[in-house]
Amino acid sequence: MKQADFVSLVMPFKDKVFRLAKRLLVSREEAEDATQEILLKLWKNKQKIGEYKNVEAFSMTMTKNFCLDRLKSKQAQNLKIVHSNYTDNSSSLQKQVEARDSMDWVSKIMEDLPEQQKIIVQLRDIEEYDFAEISKMLDMNETAIRVALSRARKTIREKLTNTHRYGIK
Amino acid sequence: MVLNSIEKLIEKYNNAETTLKEEAQLKAYFASDNVAPHLEHYKPMFQYFSVSQQEQYTKDVPLNTKKTRLYQWISVAAVAVLMLSIFIPNWQGESKTFASLSPQEQEAYTKTMEAFKLVSIGMNEGKQQLNSLALVSDNFNQGIEGAVRLSEFSKTTNKIFKNK
Repeated sequence: MKQADFVSLVMPFKDKVFRLAKRLLVSREEAEDATQEILLKLWKNKQKIGEYKNVEAFSMTMTKNFCLDRLKSKQAQNLKIVHSNYTDNSSSLQKQVEARDSMDWVSKIMEDLPEQQKIIVQLRDIEEYDFAEISKMLDMNETAIRVALSRARKTIREKLTNTHRYGIK
Repeated sequence: MVLNSIEKLIEKYNNAETTLKEEAQLKAYFASDNVAPHLEHYKPMFQYFSVSQQEQYTKDVPLNTKKTRLYQWISVAAVAVLMLSIFIPNWQGESKTFASLSPQEQEAYTKTMEAFKLVSIGMNEGKQQLNSLALVSDNFNQGIEGAVRLSEFSKTTNKIFKNK
């Protein structure tokens, strides 16, 4: 496998890897490092890549495990990942300041979710994978995923409703 | 009518029972401007999902680590080949003697040696001529020394004349 083949193979999902890493690690720099690490790992094992049934699902699983490991080691060192990029989430398309504010709220609310719910919301609502794929990636059965997803969505809705109605932060 | 179906969809959505198509429908609805007031608080959520979908990984990944290593070794191999090509003929040359050569080779050898001898004779003749040149230069030096003596002689004569 040559470099060009590899790039064309990896191209479609490298952004997804990055976004999942960013969802979990929050900081953009950390997420970039993680993505690079994942892609290099894939590149090193490029001989075996033909044997994988679904490279994309495989790399998403790798990303998930890698980021969770990262978080564990950070917690063990009693270090918090520093980040200052809340505003990155909002696009320039969004002109209304208020709307941008509430989008920031969504991102903050999602940060407070448990890791597994974060991953599931990311994979389902942002990357739009179907449940079968998610269950492969996370090695969970579909019902468990649905339950976690429903919980996560309800939490987000509740918190959003609260901030929307009363401005509770 | 539309509102009714959206509300149903949201209910399903919160129970995680919607399909991807229905979710796309919801996203499209909340992306539009005419969202019902009592559903307004869902808007940022779906907008956030669609916006963060567009975030991209822009960094370059250095994939060519292995290749450069290979190139380094190529230069080493080239040097090794060069060294071998210099030394191997010498080893072979040492093991041969005049007797082990075939008659033709011996003939060629003697012929080339004769040719070399002729050349060297010529060289020696040239050398002898050079010797005669050296002799000339010796004589020349002697002449110069004579001239120096003459100049000293003239100095002393000058002194004598001054003393007078």
